[in-house]
Amino acid sequence: MMSLLEIENLVVSFPTENGAAHALNEVSLKIETGETLGLVGESGSGKSLTALAILQLIQKPGKIESGKILWKGKNLLDLSPKEMQKVRGKQIAQIFQEPMTALNPVLTVQTQLTEVLDQHFPELSKKEKHQRVVEILKQVGIPNGEERLKNYPHQFSGGMRQRVMIAIALLGEPELLLADEPTTALDVTIQAQILKLLRDIQSARKLSVLFISHDLGVISENCKNTAIMYGGKIVEQGLTTDIFYSPMHPYTFGLIESIPGTQKKDRLKAIRGSVPQLGQFPSGCAFQNRCDFAQNACQNLPNLSARQGQHQVRCHFPIKSEQSA
Amino acid sequence: MSALLKIENLTKRFSQHTAVNNVSLQILKGENLGIVGESGSGKSTLARCALRLIEPDAGKVLFDEKNILEMNRSELKDFRRHAQIVFQDPYASLNPRMTVQDILQEPFAIHKKSIQKKTAQDRIEYLLDLVGLKKDYLSRFPHEFSGGQRQRIGIARALMLEPSFLVCDEPVSALDVSIQAQILNLFEDLQTKLNLTFLFISHDLRVVRHLCQRIGVMYQGEILELNTADKIFTHPETEYTKKLLSSIPQVISR
Repeated sequence: MMSLLEIENLVVSFPTENGAAHALNEVSLKIETGETLGLVGESGSGKSLTALAILQLIQKPGKIESGKILWKGKNLLDLSPKEMQKVRGKQIAQIFQEPMTALNPVLTVQTQLTEVLDQHFPELSKKEKHQRVVEILKQVGIPNGEERLKNYPHQFSGGMRQRVMIAIALLGEPELLLADEPTTALDVTIQAQILKLLRDIQSARKLSVLFISHDLGVISENCKNTAIMYGGKIVEQGLTTDIFYSPMHPYTFGLIESIPGTQKKDRLKAIRGSVPQLGQFPSGCAFQNRCDFAQNACQNLPNLSARQGQHQVRCHFPIKSEQSA
Repeated sequence: MSALLKIENLTKRFSQHTAVNNVSLQILKGENLGIVGESGSGKSTLARCALRLIEPDAGKVLFDEKNILEMNRSELKDFRRHAQIVFQDPYASLNPRMTVQDILQEPFAIHKKSIQKKTAQDRIEYLLDLVGLKKDYLSRFPHEFSGGQRQRIGIARALMLEPSFLVCDEPVSALDVSIQAQILNLFEDLQTKLNLTFLFISHDLRVVRHLCQRIGVMYQGEILELNTADKIFTHPETEYTKKLLSSIPQVISR
């Protein structure tokens, strides 16, 4: 069966002093209809760039070098800019991380919501557009939506702003939502509300979601499948339960061990060092210089290969589950 | 154990808004006290009042039995040698035009003009090593470092004058989880080595749980409950704390 979205061997590069650096390298992902795929990684791992690449929003001088982004079997990279505009915001929509910078501060919420309908449903009458806007605000749980239409973004709290962002994303009636750290800027109680809202909307509309986050807790509660990124590559992917119960890549293992628990641990097992800058990752396995299990073989790039069922890992020396217990 | 810092009936208003409302608490010597709360709960205002970085409207802040709110300029300056702060944003809290050497030397310039050059340099290099940075970083500028490294510089700067009390205002919230773990481990090491007392402010209950013996939960300017970390997590007394705890996204694991 054809996947809703299938990314094949996507390569995105940025020029650096030492030539083109691959910010995304051989990234392959699949999202099925109604599925939530979690994409996890630290700053600079390439997770946000993956979303931008899908919508072809990568800023110059960055560019997509090769690969395919198959949307219902059709390669989005073959579309003209005009055709792509009909996909962007309509079939695939994005919720950005920081609602304060993603919303225009000098336009009312009504203007920003109606803009989506003007773009994608120009045939609707003014009255119909107004109805849809009011309806969507109700759906995302903004009280007194009709009265708040004339408000500006700064008159909303962070959580309410994120609801406006979600409303904007939903107005085009997309089939796939790219949620890039949608709750990172929010307090934990508000985060719980927004996550519930996303889950409700998703099941009501049979939406697929690419859920990007660095928060492993948020990912593990919301995603059926998860992909872990490091250095612009997928290093591990599979069922979320498999990944969290028996992580195989030392990076995934390190991320999980780094989280302070609700139980007191003696000492956190941090990952040493930090994520290198773009173009300064070691050749071969990108993680080798921070890895406790690295050997000479790691100077050659390992393949992403299935070890157990669907559970894939890009590592010469994957952790066996007894070790990670 | 005696109290190092005592806050009594502290109140701070910003025009109509009461940011901190009649808060009283004690921090014992060698203890880590954590304050958790959401944005706008008043936790950062409380932290800043504890160092008199902002002037409270009412109440007392006793450090070693002396009320810092009644201190004159020179007494206050002396107090600040013993009480330092690590800020949230490692990008905003270091002067981008100063080298690491200048940044770490500045506390001496302000507080101990008479210190010998050699002694000062030894201290700088000792602390740099203690926070896990290399000596050849001294000539570099903040932009050349990652977020975690910058926070290490901020911590070294706070420790330069051998303080006994350290206020940490969300020191790891801007960091990735792997780096956050490194910095939390560093705080633990420093505490053992340097005999520090911490007031640790965070929105993340797990972070506070990891580092602190006691936790105060703050909401709308008030401390709703204050108890041992174990009690807060196993027997929360207020509905709000229960809600906070249940909102933490759980990582599934065996």
